[in-house]
Amino acid sequence: MEKNVIELNKKVERRSFLKKLAVFALAPLTVRILAQDEKFKKVKKWILDNGYVPSDHKWGMGIDISKCIGCGRCADACKNENNVPRDPFFFRTWVERYRIFENGDIKVDSPNGSIDGFENIPAKEKILRSFFVPKICNHCENPPCVQVCPVGATFKSEDGVVLVDSDYCVGCRYCIQACPYGARFLHPVKHTAEKCTFCYQRIVNDKLPACVEVCPTQARIFGELNKKASPLVRFLRMNKIGVLKPSLNTEPKVYYANLDMEVK
Amino acid sequence: MEEIIQHLTPLLRDVWGYIFPNEVELHWGLLIVLYPYLTGLVAGAFILASLVKVFNVKELQPTYRLAMLTALSFLLVAPLPLLAHLGHPERALEILVTPNSTSAMAMFGFVYAWYLMAVLCLEIWFEYRKDIIHWAEKEKGIKKWIHRAISLFSKDVSEASVKFDKKWVKIITIIGIPSAFLLHGYVGFIFGSIKANPWWSSVLMPIVFLFSAIVSGIGMVLIIYMIVTPFRGKTLDIACLDKLASFLFYVMIIDFTLESLDFIHRVYESEESIKILAYLVSDKLFVSLVVIQVIMGMLIPLGMIAVMKIMKSPAELKKMIYFIAAILVEIGIFTTRWNIVIGGQLFSKSFRGLTVYKMTFFGLEGLLAGLAILALPFVILFVLTKLLPPWEEAKTN
Repeated sequence: MEKNVIELNKKVERRSFLKKLAVFALAPLTVRILAQDEKFKKVKKWILDNGYVPSDHKWGMGIDISKCIGCGRCADACKNENNVPRDPFFFRTWVERYRIFENGDIKVDSPNGSIDGFENIPAKEKILRSFFVPKICNHCENPPCVQVCPVGATFKSEDGVVLVDSDYCVGCRYCIQACPYGARFLHPVKHTAEKCTFCYQRIVNDKLPACVEVCPTQARIFGELNKKASPLVRFLRMNKIGVLKPSLNTEPKVYYANLDMEVK
Repeated sequence: MEEIIQHLTPLLRDVWGYIFPNEVELHWGLLIVLYPYLTGLVAGAFILASLVKVFNVKELQPTYRLAMLTALSFLLVAPLPLLAHLGHPERALEILVTPNSTSAMAMFGFVYAWYLMAVLCLEIWFEYRKDIIHWAEKEKGIKKWIHRAISLFSKDVSEASVKFDKKWVKIITIIGIPSAFLLHGYVGFIFGSIKANPWWSSVLMPIVFLFSAIVSGIGMVLIIYMIVTPFRGKTLDIACLDKLASFLFYVMIIDFTLESLDFIHRVYESEESIKILAYLVSDKLFVSLVVIQVIMGMLIPLGMIAVMKIMKSPAELKKMIYFIAAILVEIGIFTTRWNIVIGGQLFSKSFRGLTVYKMTFFGLEGLLAGLAILALPFVILFVLTKLLPPWEEAKTN
């Protein structure tokens, strides 16, 4: 009997010890989760104070390739609006020029992302067809960058926009590897991942993204995907539409009209 | 900032074809080449050790404890290149505390912690416990206390407790084999699951990683054993060396078969990316992939060991050939990691151009830092062999 009591005491001791151990081990985790929650509330409050309700929107972009003249104003405006470093290695948006020659050769270029324009094509070049393609983050419905981020610093907002929390990004660059479109880069000063946000600071204030606003030919259309009256829905109704790399099943929300098979 | 721009600007001249403007900067450099190389050595050395305990390969007994300590030394260093590579190393713990459940990379901390704490440390503790207690009894001063602390102040060396230790070593090894597979297969998955990159995206990637890991692990233990034994004034156990070389040979055959399958599969399916990948292999990676990885790191050592197995050769010749073969294998596996990590970033995701990788000498991502990280496990191993001598004569009865 006495032996049993000792055994029991031992067991109880062990149990309370394990309990204490668990509490100590989990305490930092709990604090951390609560802090995260607090931060999330702050962001939410900021957005709501602005009168902007993310769940009321679903954003996308339409790009009409036949309208783009390759002036590069979009890429320039983007850098100004979003403080993107001016060096030719960091772009949230850029324009590519395609030249498909009669002999089947294909040349693609985007000097300084098109910001300084393109060189003229020499008259002797025998070109079958040529066109400009503005590129931007596709804000995929099924974004591989969000899937791979180890800490969840990059996420898909309720309005469909893929964003990066630069206070949280650890700078591992896995998202840059996972993006099939080359739309991401590592900010050389902040050391965190950067990308197009559809100029989130503008759209929550009822303004258009900078690249859309400055486009002289209205090659870029920005708008709601779920509202019938939006110019984007009209764009999708009036054109034959293509997206980039559809086989990867990323489901881009940047839609191209008059997309050529050579564009990747 | 200035430094990065200075590094990137001359690269623009070396770009061939068209690459997306954001692709000039190559994101995963030497440090990320080192990471799978180091974890591969961990998994490989552990699998080698498990041959003794689970599969009862008696000939390998002299290398069992050495292999365990080798695995531990490399495992301790494995997270360093990752940490040094992060843009914000001070946020590294976020990966453990608030992991994103869909991220393969987020599992790193858990797989690592499991392997370190639940497998390696535990197995080494059970394996050494009796000896540590005996050593501590005879020692004085600080060493006595270190040993007592490592044994967690246990004193029980009764027959029953030793039997218990042995049983648990076996159980942990059995758990450890799938864990080692998990540890390195998982590293392969980090690359193999990136659908945006056709050079990486392959279901075979984890298993190719795993077998090349076992190859490198056996090779490394063989090299360490062959260097350390003469230094200690002991003779090499030729039966053990023969067995090591045999296992190295078999695993290399599996590894080479898998890599060939991957290659043939790609060429046969000939998908959209085949042209740029063919250009990558025949131009940028020709020396590191065809010459070093396949010919020097695989075919030549395979041939060397095969000749030793077929012909009756004197022990001295065998030792030399095994040693050279193992060195070649290590170089080969390192370039395998290089070709995967660096090679996968040399071509544009537009499939229309190639970029270059220029390693710096100084700096965290430089050659010097890389060599330091590569040398560190050997320093740790040296210290560990002083604390926990893995040699046969150190064992107590």
